[in-house]
Amino acid sequence: MLPPAPALDATTTPSGFLLVLSIVVPVMGVLLAFVLGNRYVRSVACAVIPLGLAIAVTILVALSQSKSPLVYLLGAWPPPLGVALRADGLSAAMLAATAVVICAVAVYADADFSVTATEIRAPFTFWILLLAVWGALNTILVGGDLFTLYVALELLTFAAVPLVSLDGRPETLRAAIRYLLFALVGSVLYLLGTAILYGLYGTLDIVLLSHWIGAEPTSLVAAALMTTGLLAKTALFPLHLWLPPAHAGAPAAASAILSGLVVKGSFFVIVRLWFQVMPGLPGFGATQLLGALGAAAIVFGSVLALRQERLKLLIAYSTLAQIGYLFLMFPLAFDASGYLESGDALAGGLLQAVSHATAKAAMFMAAGSIYAGLGHDRITGLHGVARVLPLSVLAFAFAGIALMGVQPSGASLAKDLLLQAATKTGQWWWAVVLQTGGMLTTAYVVLVLAHALASSDKSIALTGPAPRLRDMAALVLALCSLLLGFVPWEPLLSVPYDSTSSFFGPGALAKLLLPVLGGVMLAILLSPWPDPLVSSARWKVATRVLDPFRRTCCAFGGLVQRGNGVLCQWPAASISLLMLALLFGALMLVAA
Amino acid sequence: MSGVTVFGLCAAAAVGLGFYGLITNPQPLRKIIAFNLLGSGVFLLFGVVGRRGAVAGTGNDPVPQALVITGVVVAFSATALAIALLLRLFQTTGSTKLSNRTSPGDGSDPAGG
Repeated sequence: MLPPAPALDATTTPSGFLLVLSIVVPVMGVLLAFVLGNRYVRSVACAVIPLGLAIAVTILVALSQSKSPLVYLLGAWPPPLGVALRADGLSAAMLAATAVVICAVAVYADADFSVTATEIRAPFTFWILLLAVWGALNTILVGGDLFTLYVALELLTFAAVPLVSLDGRPETLRAAIRYLLFALVGSVLYLLGTAILYGLYGTLDIVLLSHWIGAEPTSLVAAALMTTGLLAKTALFPLHLWLPPAHAGAPAAASAILSGLVVKGSFFVIVRLWFQVMPGLPGFGATQLLGALGAAAIVFGSVLALRQERLKLLIAYSTLAQIGYLFLMFPLAFDASGYLESGDALAGGLLQAVSHATAKAAMFMAAGSIYAGLGHDRITGLHGVARVLPLSVLAFAFAGIALMGVQPSGASLAKDLLLQAATKTGQWWWAVVLQTGGMLTTAYVVLVLAHALASSDKSIALTGPAPRLRDMAALVLALCSLLLGFVPWEPLLSVPYDSTSSFFGPGALAKLLLPVLGGVMLAILLSPWPDPLVSSARWKVATRVLDPFRRTCCAFGGLVQRGNGVLCQWPAASISLLMLALLFGALMLVAA
Repeated sequence: MSGVTVFGLCAAAAVGLGFYGLITNPQPLRKIIAFNLLGSGVFLLFGVVGRRGAVAGTGNDPVPQALVITGVVVAFSATALAIALLLRLFQTTGSTKLSNRTSPGDGSDPAGG
């Protein structure tokens, strides 16, 4: 017989209705836009988006005042019979980040997707899907029940897939179908795990499950299936076959949403599952495996990013690497008592997610402006672009700097927290991965900036207008990410120390110089394109010394690219999906 | 062997066959059908779960039925979306091949944006 339900959050808290509003408002926007038709779709979006931002901010304020999670019981039925919506610090931080990114993308997209006489379908679809993605993401962030999370994840996928193929080109249609099919495999695995858990415990409520769940073989199998399914949707290496074509092929505004927000949805469910449903279950081996996949994603994604010819593909592969970065928190949160602790590492991981969401969206938006201005986005053809499109390049640079983890960006605070956790748990190898990851990020950012800032002997003709508002949206978003270190995180996440005190001094300088120098080195070594950094005559000697290293590194890069080609075949990816499920199951069984 | 066990084994078989189809079939339409078979297996498992609740004396558990109905709706929408995308691909290119001639990494796509 199951123990009686604990009397936790059995009532709706006073500001709990805000959680319902955060879901209902975007969904109402979608329905209204459908009813009113394409003439009013922009006005509906203009009305709904500020309202949604206000709701997210109100939730943030209410949560930091009440100090305990907001709860809303749908129909006043308490779990296990009813469904609860909950918002803790993690959800509130992500809700706010989502709202900010959606607003910036909406401002950016206003120029691209205004409904004109010639083009009606794409703008109409874009605005509806933007609101749908927002509604689905908010549901994921406040859903308190594993099945609600399943439905919300599916809604998110259904809203994200058409965004990929908005312009209807055959390549993007193929990318969309691959994305949809692989995401469906992932969600079926998740649903299978949910069915098994329901069969065992008779509830899917996160709080109730966390009290009742035990290390039985069946529940471990369920956990392994759910984790693997979610990894497929998050595109963690080696399950990333759908991500680069989908994120690089979509229009810039859609790429910003897909890369910045959509992958965070399934990532957030993994965090809920591991940290809140079953913090005692995974064990050492499974957390290390998750971290190892993250490390492999960092190396693969960054090396491939350095070998891309096109800017948007470079950013897409950078997303692949940054997703890997997010998973480093799992081994670091694992403490000596065998539990996943919600401390520094979790705060660091979430901060990384927030800062990546803002920075990557800004990066895609800046790349979109550059593409629109030049008519192409070949990295080697970017010379002199800083003169004609200074704002776009500035936005890209700020976003890149934020992503590199230069102080005071959110990524730098996240890196500090993760490094602290690595020292505390004595897992030095993750500290090495963290530092290498920072250098690799710097490498591809520096590569693009070096090409963009290089002077060009011929003048560049802009193919399209460069609306200033668009660049401002990207710039503001990049600045948001860059200044995240100043935000008082304390009521939401456990950021243990005064982060502003260590901005200056020799330690901070070393922290800045190490990744930058390492990154420049890696950019020179790993990029196969003629590099503006080394091609000038002054550097002849250095070039001669470096050449053998460079050839070795290029061979390594070629090897990685060929390996990626194999892994991106459908059969290879789905077999690695099954292997991962087996591995996670086996490791959890061993630990139990 | 009780009825519940038989249904449970059927669910496992459907899930296995669906997975096999998803991995091995190169044609997207067959992949979609395999996904539906896989989904049916999971829904059958939910049915078994509800029935087992009844065996344990808690009455016929209605919650899994509600979950299955929601799941069926979701799977139906997924199928519809996949078919719509596939039809559109067929209309624009005249084939439904997903295999991209170039590997996704080398970026030879001339018209990105």
